[in-house]
Amino acid sequence: MTKRNDITALDEVAGNGLLSRRLLLRGGVAMAGAASTLVATQGASAEPLKEPEWSRYQGTTVEPMGRRSKNEKDTTRILTNPKGEPRTQHARTPHHLLNGQITPNHLHFTILHNGIPDIDPEQHKLVIHGMVKQPIVLSMDRLMRYPMVTRQTFIECGGNSAALFSNEPVQANLQSLHGLVSNAEWTGVPLSAVLDEVGIDPKAKWMLVEGADTAAITRSVPLKKALDDAILVLYQNGERLMAEQGYPVRLLLPGWEGNMNIKYVRRIKIVDQPALSYYESRNYSPLLPDAKAYRFFFVNEVKSFITHPSFGMKLNEPGYYEISGIAYSGAGRIERVQVTADGGKTWADAAVQGPTMHKAFTRFTIPWRWDGQPAVLSSRAVDDGGNVQPLRDEFVRERGVTQKPVTNPFGFPNQHYNSLTSWGINAKGEISHVYV
Amino acid sequence: MSMSKVSLAVLAALSLSSVAFADDKNGLGHKVGLGQPITEADIKPWDITILPDGTNLPPGSGTAAVGAKLFTEKGCIACHGEGGTGGSNGAVITDIPLAGRGIEATKTIKNFWSNSTTVFDFIRRAMPWNAPRTLTDNEVYALTAFILEGNKLIPPGTVMDAKSLPQVKMPNKDGFIIKFPDRI
Repeated sequence: MTKRNDITALDEVAGNGLLSRRLLLRGGVAMAGAASTLVATQGASAEPLKEPEWSRYQGTTVEPMGRRSKNEKDTTRILTNPKGEPRTQHARTPHHLLNGQITPNHLHFTILHNGIPDIDPEQHKLVIHGMVKQPIVLSMDRLMRYPMVTRQTFIECGGNSAALFSNEPVQANLQSLHGLVSNAEWTGVPLSAVLDEVGIDPKAKWMLVEGADTAAITRSVPLKKALDDAILVLYQNGERLMAEQGYPVRLLLPGWEGNMNIKYVRRIKIVDQPALSYYESRNYSPLLPDAKAYRFFFVNEVKSFITHPSFGMKLNEPGYYEISGIAYSGAGRIERVQVTADGGKTWADAAVQGPTMHKAFTRFTIPWRWDGQPAVLSSRAVDDGGNVQPLRDEFVRERGVTQKPVTNPFGFPNQHYNSLTSWGINAKGEISHVYV
Repeated sequence: MSMSKVSLAVLAALSLSSVAFADDKNGLGHKVGLGQPITEADIKPWDITILPDGTNLPPGSGTAAVGAKLFTEKGCIACHGEGGTGGSNGAVITDIPLAGRGIEATKTIKNFWSNSTTVFDFIRRAMPWNAPRTLTDNEVYALTAFILEGNKLIPPGTVMDAKSLPQVKMPNKDGFIIKFPDRI
């Protein structure tokens, strides 16, 4: 039993100072007591308080569009092609600077293969045809009248975390390594409600979905998924879709490979076979060590990583810290996340932020007392289907690693990495990327 | 009520609503019926996807000789290099092997793509970069022939058309394992 005011007596639940997650659940009084005792024992006496300058004058005028503090100006995405050269553009989410579970709209990751199209919603049309009784076309006005649903879900690029296929750990921050996944609340029309009225031929098995972007990105999607939980998304975190996310309408396939969530959808053709279009037959067919390749790698499998602390941060003194991170599974709901501080020798259950949602980010936390000695932090998630995030040696055995170290953290040596991410902390409190 | 009990109650409510959504597909029990009827003929200008069996390949034809000229004239060399053998966005004609180069091996049309129809589909859909969907079908057939012939996937002089293109044998056709067969 833990003594309320003595954090040093808290149960250590795993090696290297991991503390019981129950600390977080005991309620504010115990926490406040413990924390204040800790702070009081750690610092010199504080300065007397003064009225700060900014509290004494009228502030600036409110604007139609809200603005974040100028002190947060560096909370931005990393771009790979800021001049819009004739190639793909990527923007990566700064997870190391964010918290919670929702990615703000202007920081959601995006990938565009031929720029952002400037679409007039009054002229945009969505056509559904192929193996159907009656092909239809929908204006955005008409589509907006269908019943809508709202759900949270992550979208993850199949190439997210690709640098972790490197045979040596790439020294890059969380944003560079895992910035091609984000999580939002999406609102739109269940695709099934629209497909219902065209009369699908029972022999049809697939749909070809295509965008109105310059590259006319297209993917083949099994009808099984289309009729399960696919949504024609119109709103992102409450406002109309960002232009770079597919305005005015995108396909959302919860939990499935980002590239399949076709933006700017203008055509859905019901067919009996997949098209094996460019992206499905090339980029998103990951090579295996024996030169065979996976095809139709739809699901982003269970995964987690620690966001705080992470690469590039520094622990300035020994003592109490909260380890925090993100877990998600394209196959279901996060049921459990375990954390290690000793490179996998011992593991402890982290607190999982509820209510947990299917195919959505789940924040996990665990208190930690760093003793100033080297430590290796890592997390491992389990979903409600019993799928366990694979340990690195298990994953590498099946999927392999590169022959030479990866030098560009933004490159894509392979796809669909869902194994562990480990942060090595040295005695100075500096954090590097390590393999265990 | 403890925090974990609150979470459980919310969880129960959530799973009930998601079951309702999954069982009754659109959750309505009726059709909305706001779609405007349209004929396949009127959709034709947008109906550009080619299936692996050749479905939807248009009339027309082309050869590598014509394609080679177009490859320069249409500016393809800017990204794919002289003769398609390399540039900022990669070679379209190359003999790099797939095996022995690890999981990061370069996937080329010759060593990786499973279907010749993908070449036609992608050129017509997305190329040239600065003006996609401006090539005529004959031009797309010619560029397709140029790439396939350059990669020694068809004998010199073979005419590519709706009949011959889907019959081109791709070396890596059987190189794939379906990752999630139960999801199809």
